[in-house]
Order: sequence, then C-alpha cells, then structure tokens
Amino acid sequence: MQAKDIAELLNEPACTHNKKEKSGCARPKPGATAGGCSFDGAQIALLPIADVAHIVHGPIACAGSSWDNRGTRSSGPTLYRIGMTTDLTEQDVIMGRGEKRLFHAIKQAVDSYSPKAVFIYNTCVPALTGDDISAVCKSAAEKTGVPVIPVDCAGFYGTKNLGNRIAGEAMFKYVVGTSEPLPVPESAQRPGITVHDVNLIGEYNIAGEFWNVAPLFDELGLRILCTLSGDARFHDVQTMHRAEANMVVCAKALLNVARKLQTDYKTPFFEGSFYGVTDTSMAFREFAKLLNDPSLTERTEALIAREEAKINAALDPWREKLRGKRVLLYTGGVKSWSIVSALQDLGMDVVATGTSKSTEEDKARIREIMGDKTKMITDGSPKALLGVVKEYQADILIAGGRNMYTALKARIPFLDINQEREFGYEGYSGMIELARQLALTIQSPVWASVRKPAPWAKTSVPGIELGA
Amino acid sequence: MAEILKRNKALAVNPLKASQPVGASLAFLGINKAIPMMHGSQGCTAFGKVYFVRHFREPIPLQTTAMDQVSTVMNADENVIEGLRAVCEKSKPALIGLPTTGLSETQGTDIKRLVRDFYAAHPEFAHIPVVPVNTPDFTGCLESGYALAVKATLEVMLPHKSNDVGKRKKQVNVLAGSFLTPGDVEHIKELIEAFGLRPLVLPDIGDSLDGHLTEMESSPLTVGGTPVTDIASMGESIATLVLGNSLHEAADLLKEQTSVPDFRFDSLMGLDAVDAFVAALVEISGKPVPEKIERQRAQLQDAMVDSHFMLGFARVAIAADPDLLYGYARLVTEMGCEVVAAVAPARANILNEVAAAQVGIGDLEDLEIAARKNGAQLVISNSHAVETARRLGVPLLRAGFPQFDLIGGYQRLWVGYRGTRQAFFDLANMLVEHGHHEPEPYVSIYSQREEVGRDSSRQVADVGMNPDLQQHRTGEKHATPAPSTTH
Repeated sequence: MQAKDIAELLNEPACTHNKKEKSGCARPKPGATAGGCSFDGAQIALLPIADVAHIVHGPIACAGSSWDNRGTRSSGPTLYRIGMTTDLTEQDVIMGRGEKRLFHAIKQAVDSYSPKAVFIYNTCVPALTGDDISAVCKSAAEKTGVPVIPVDCAGFYGTKNLGNRIAGEAMFKYVVGTSEPLPVPESAQRPGITVHDVNLIGEYNIAGEFWNVAPLFDELGLRILCTLSGDARFHDVQTMHRAEANMVVCAKALLNVARKLQTDYKTPFFEGSFYGVTDTSMAFREFAKLLNDPSLTERTEALIAREEAKINAALDPWREKLRGKRVLLYTGGVKSWSIVSALQDLGMDVVATGTSKSTEEDKARIREIMGDKTKMITDGSPKALLGVVKEYQADILIAGGRNMYTALKARIPFLDINQEREFGYEGYSGMIELARQLALTIQSPVWASVRKPAPWAKTSVPGIELGA
Repeated sequence: MAEILKRNKALAVNPLKASQPVGASLAFLGINKAIPMMHGSQGCTAFGKVYFVRHFREPIPLQTTAMDQVSTVMNADENVIEGLRAVCEKSKPALIGLPTTGLSETQGTDIKRLVRDFYAAHPEFAHIPVVPVNTPDFTGCLESGYALAVKATLEVMLPHKSNDVGKRKKQVNVLAGSFLTPGDVEHIKELIEAFGLRPLVLPDIGDSLDGHLTEMESSPLTVGGTPVTDIASMGESIATLVLGNSLHEAADLLKEQTSVPDFRFDSLMGLDAVDAFVAALVEISGKPVPEKIERQRAQLQDAMVDSHFMLGFARVAIAADPDLLYGYARLVTEMGCEVVAAVAPARANILNEVAAAQVGIGDLEDLEIAARKNGAQLVISNSHAVETARRLGVPLLRAGFPQFDLIGGYQRLWVGYRGTRQAFFDLANMLVEHGHHEPEPYVSIYSQREEVGRDSSRQVADVGMNPDLQQHRTGEKHATPAPSTTH
C-alpha cells in the first residue's frame, strides 16, 4: 500500500474532527507504545465472516499468536476459526518465493475447505519485500473460480484503527455490490408488515451477544442483509448495497463503509449502540425514522414499551445491588459512551473514563451524557489507572482484557469489555448478564480475603497488638 | 530413531508454531526487574503480550520499538536507540531484552551495533545491560527463540572467561528450558535444595510468572525471576544442570566461559529421566537421597503399576515444540503407550530421538490427519487442539503454549516423580472416562427374557437403584402383560 493510499484512509469526511490533525499521523513512540497494528485491526474487522478462508500471508508471528482468539460467534459455518497462514520461511523471504507460496496456499485452501471466498491479509515482511498480493489474488481467483480478496494491512502501516479502515475499504472495493440479495421468502411475509432491508456495520457478535437483539429485528420486519461482520457470510457482504438504512454500531472504525454506501448508493446511516436499555431503544427508533414507515414507527414504539417494561422489572433487583457504585471505565475510548449509557441505566456512577482513542465526537458525546464532572483519562498506563481508581474511590474498573490483571493484581473488581470476553451484553436481555457480571465481581467475598494480612503478619499500623 | 517428515504444503492450517521473538521474550520474562522490547512493528509486541497474558493470567511487561512506515522504508536505527532510552528512563530496569522480529530482520538490522550505539549516545545508562538477540520469526519456533535469548543473556552477562569454579560451594546453575512451567521450576528448585544445594535458575519463570499477589500493585517490569547480579556469579558455581536439548548451545557457551562442569538432561518426566537427575544431585552434593524423595519415587512406581492397565498399548498423538514432544513421547512410551502421531513446529536435533516412527514438521492439521489415520485415542497438545480433539472424538491433555482455556494450566507440575505420577493418573483417567471397546450386548434368539431394548447400561443401572425407584421402573416395564414363565 502506498503512502498516499494510507493518507486517503486517514481522511474520513464523515468524522466531525476530520479537519484536525490526523491521529494516524502521530508516529508511535518507541519504547512507550501499546496497542495493536493495522493487521490486527483488519483481522478483527473481517475474521467473523464465517464461510471465508482467512489466510495470513507472512511468517508465523502474525497468525501464530493471534489465531482462534476472538470471542465472535457464528450460527453456521466454522471455517473462520481454522487458522491459516503461509508461514513464510527464511528461504521464501531470501529467494522471493512468497508469491508462489501464496498462490499455492490459496489453491490448497480452496481444495481442502471449499470456502465461499478467500481473504488474504498482507503483513509486514511480504509488504517490505514487495509481494504483489493483488496480482496473486487475481490470478488465483481466475484459476480456482473462487473470489480471492486482498487486504493489504501490513502492521507497520499504522494502528489497529487504520487496519479497520483498510478492511472496510477492501470490502467496499472488492465485495460490496457483487451480488444481489435473494427475495424475501413468502413464508416469512406477514400481513401489514413491509419488510425493510438494513445493514449493521461494526457489529461483531461477541459471545453471541447480537442474538439477544436479532429476534427483535425479525419482529419489526427489518431484514438484516449483513452485519459487518459478526456471524456474516460472504454473500451478505456482497449485497450490502441494497440496504435502505445502515447503522454504524458503537465504533467509528468502519465509518468509511457507511459513508461510501451513502455516497455511492444513497443509503442513509446513523451511529448507535445496543449497549443499555436507552441506547437499544434509540437504535430501533433511528431505524424507524430513516425508513420513514408509519406502521414501522408504531410497531417500534409498541415493542420498545413492551421490552423496556419487561427489562426494567427484571433489572430492579440488580439495581438495588449496583446503585451508586462508582465505575472507572477504560476502554481506550472506542466504545466509552455506549457503555456509559448502559451503566447509567443500572444506576451506577461513572466517575472517570478513558478517551485516549476516542474521537472528538465521542468525547463530546461523553460530556453530553455525563456532564463535565467526569474525569477524562488520557494516560492508560497501569500505574495511572490505579491512581485514578484510588483518587476517585472507584468500586470497579471496566476495561479491556489487557488491563484485567492490572486490576486483579491491585485487588480491584474488574469487568472485561473487549473482544476476547466470554459474555454478551447487548440488547435488553444482555443487560441482565451485564448486571450479573458487575455484581458478581463487586460483591465477591474474595476481595476481603485477599486484602487482609495474614494473621501472623506484623501490622503496619503502629499501636495495634499482634494477635495472640 | 524417528524419521523426520518435511513440511510439504504451501499453507499452514491451524498453526502449532509460536514465533521466535515470543520465545525470546519469555526467556527475558524469567529475569528479575527486566523487560523485553521487540524490535518490530507495534503489532508484534501487542500479539505477544496478549498471548502471554491469556496463558499466564498475569500482567506481562513487553515493549516495542514501534517501527512505522517511514522507519521501515528508511531506517529504524533511531527507533531502537530511542526505545531503549525511553524504557531506561521511565522504568529503570535491571535488564532489557531486545529480540528482533521478521520485519527488522528483513530490513537487515544490525542489532548488536545498535546497542553499542545506544551506550555511546547514552553513557548514563551504561549500567543497564541490554541483551540483543536475532530472532526472526521466519525460522525456528518459540523454543529456539527462547534458547537463543538464554544464550545471548549469557554472552552479555559473562563476557570474560573466568576460573572460579566452586568458589560458591553450594551454588548450582540451572539452565531451564522453555518446556518447563513455573510449577516445574519451583519443584526443581525444591529437589535441588533437598540436597543442601542452592539453585541459581536462568531464566526463573518459577519466580516471576508463578502467579502471586504482592504488596506491589503494579510494575512496568517483571516481579521476580533470576536476579541480574546473580547471573554474573554463574562462573563460581560447582556445577550446571542443563534442562532441555534446545539449551545445548547456551550450555556450551556457559561451559566455555566458566569451565563449570555440566550435567545435561533432555527430559525430567518419567522414572528414568528423574532418576538420572536425582543421581546427578547425589553426585554433585555428595549426599544421599533424602527419605522424602525416595518416598516420592516409590509412590511413582506404585502409580505406574496401577495405571499400566489403562495406558498399555494406548495410541497417543502429540503436537508440541521439540523438547516437549520428546519428553511426552518418552513419558508415555515408558508406560507401554504407542506414539502414533507426532508433530513439531520446527526442526531440532532432539527430534531424531523422539520415541515415534515418524515426526512431522507441521501444524495441527497434520496432527489431525495422522491421528485419524493411525487411530489415536488421546491427544497431547496446547489449547488450540481443543477443536482437533473434538473432531477426532478423543480427549485432550493440554500441554505447552498456549493454554488459554484452562485455569491454572500454566502452573501445572509435570516433572519429577510427583509430576510424572500425576500425569499418569490423568492420562489413565482420560482413557477410562473416554471408554474402551467392549462387545456389544448380545441377546440370544431363544431368549424369553422380558427386558425391552438392548441398553446394557440401563440394566446395570437398575441393579444398584433405590428399591422405590426400581419398583416404579419395573412397573413401567410391566405395563404390557408379560408372558407367563416358569422358574
């Protein structure tokens, strides 16, 4: 990928802060950098497409430590969970045999696993030696008759966020619009309900959480052509251009896909989230608004009223346990505001939140939801986080898995909110699981056990006698 | 001698391999107040970090020189110097490990020169040892990267030849291979201490990655591990115990520099392997084997007798890094098992010695194919093999890296008499639980018994059942009038 292409990807007109300096331009600091690379981001964004063979082109480090570690779920094919890499050797690198190996690798994947398509993720070493993966993909597609899509996402191009954009760009350039959706089957038609086609962009179905929400789409007559990319199929992505409305879920990372669908196919989009009662209802309302169908609006309001009443009754006992508990939320910023809303629905008090990766718009939204008194954290080092926990007397740290052991080593309750987590929190019913997991850690008896000194330990407080 | 089968396909499917920089980082994580910094793009480090965090369930200090597009194309020397400066200034480590990656190796970095340049530019950090090591991920695997880092550490910490053997009369060096868990290292230290000796373990992940809560709430460096100052005293020990064939080059270097005599062990699992180790401790210490260890040995022998019924002729498939593969194959064949599928991610000398007809260089797909073809009854491999074992319909004993779906897997004791005994118990139980073949129940054509169906397990269950329930069940069965029979 050329520098101008990267610059192009960093330019996102749909972002309100686009006119400011691009965060992607800030060079990472040697010896003081955390977070994944572009390959990581691209793989996260596309790996959930379940019937595709995902081949990582490079030596072992990229796939070897990363395959089979995402919490995303599929309702059907499991091909996406098979780790595939060209596992380049020294000879391949020195003799320039990478392209040849890639070509044969694609053929092998098609022969053994009959995928609907093959995605090729380019990584640092072949990018540096100059493998022409687009050309290999093209000739392999001709040879095998299966679509082969290049995703040029070498780690040194930049951050995880850039990788998300690269992934979205690859989908838009090579896949979207290459096939038509099937007609709605007669058996699924219901009198009085016009079926509308929609897409969800940036929804990953972590721990199957989207299945909490999906039945409600069916009930309303909203057919999801594609969730990019949780529980998606290659054909779903091909048909995305036919949606009447798009929702960008939680993160801005794939905003470029929504924007391009709007420019090229005139599909309107909105940004929303399925975390929390308020936001879930809001998402359905936004769809009804964009689709401009009075019957849908009416049915949506009825559904919201019913679901909110049901969930509020179910949440009451949990609210008793959680009300007033103080939360430090550190998600790196991407999903901060959507989680904040969910926590507020539970009566919890978010005292501080991370914004180091948040966009300006995210920050504005956080201020809007929480007021100015909430501390915005930019330093995400373990020491700084623990300092804030103490200063603000937080009862729990909510963050990504990377920070889990920061909290646990400091004997602080913790909730995992990232990709690898094992529980789904989306939708109305997901709130119960969220509440349960929060209460489970906050109320755990282990904290008292691990905080108290051994009976024979000398106490550091002077004047208190040692136990007999 | 096993036949080694070369990799024969373009695509690796369900990789078994973890990279050399990851292995090198692991070795540095066994040194106290240390931090590894990979010279590569930030993703190399991020993936390595997640890999270890999920395995050890510990915070893992790991940094990156953060090569971006400009430094990749132009020159990344400044990244290394700036990265070292930043880490020294911010965290004041006792040692920095500096493994290279595929990216920086392809670029052609001269990592040793860069360390010299760093000291020239920043003499204020001359007291902090930096250990550069070439560990491209396009060769080797976790085990070889780890071994290279151990060797590089010795090179940096023992630059001059010494002749002080035995100055510390009780000190014994232990070069600990990557096949050992923190629980293993802990036990090995206990064994050595039982002979009145003082173990100096390099690297000591038994002290840094054993999972313990400390007063210190957070640290940007390793907490525990081999003290850096101790490494310099390795030349004063009376002996070196080398654990793992992969560490032979490091051991050669240590012997060359210090003249400390060494004892080498390819495995510490199984009666013979542990006997050899204990015999060496007797020789080094001049003391008899303590009663406690004799007892552990007798317990192991008892367990071997008990479990040989289940393990004899059992067909086992193993996929692991070379030392580990060798160790498990030796362990199970000592019980009469047969290793019917063996796969290692990369070549190593020890593979010739693996107790199997063939050893494939490959991935978990290769293991799956061989295991299916040869009728394996049990798989020994890492957590990635869960799906492999499920598809094969056989149980999985988790071993090696990574184990992300098993609480405490990182900590398990495998070595010594005690570890071996537990391994035999677990293997035997898995095989029993997973069933063995019995003849199908046969009902004679002349039979006039009243039982419905041929479900033998139900009949067995009925015998031991609460009489009330049994009556009820019997009542059900008699719902249709039975033909009268004479007794």
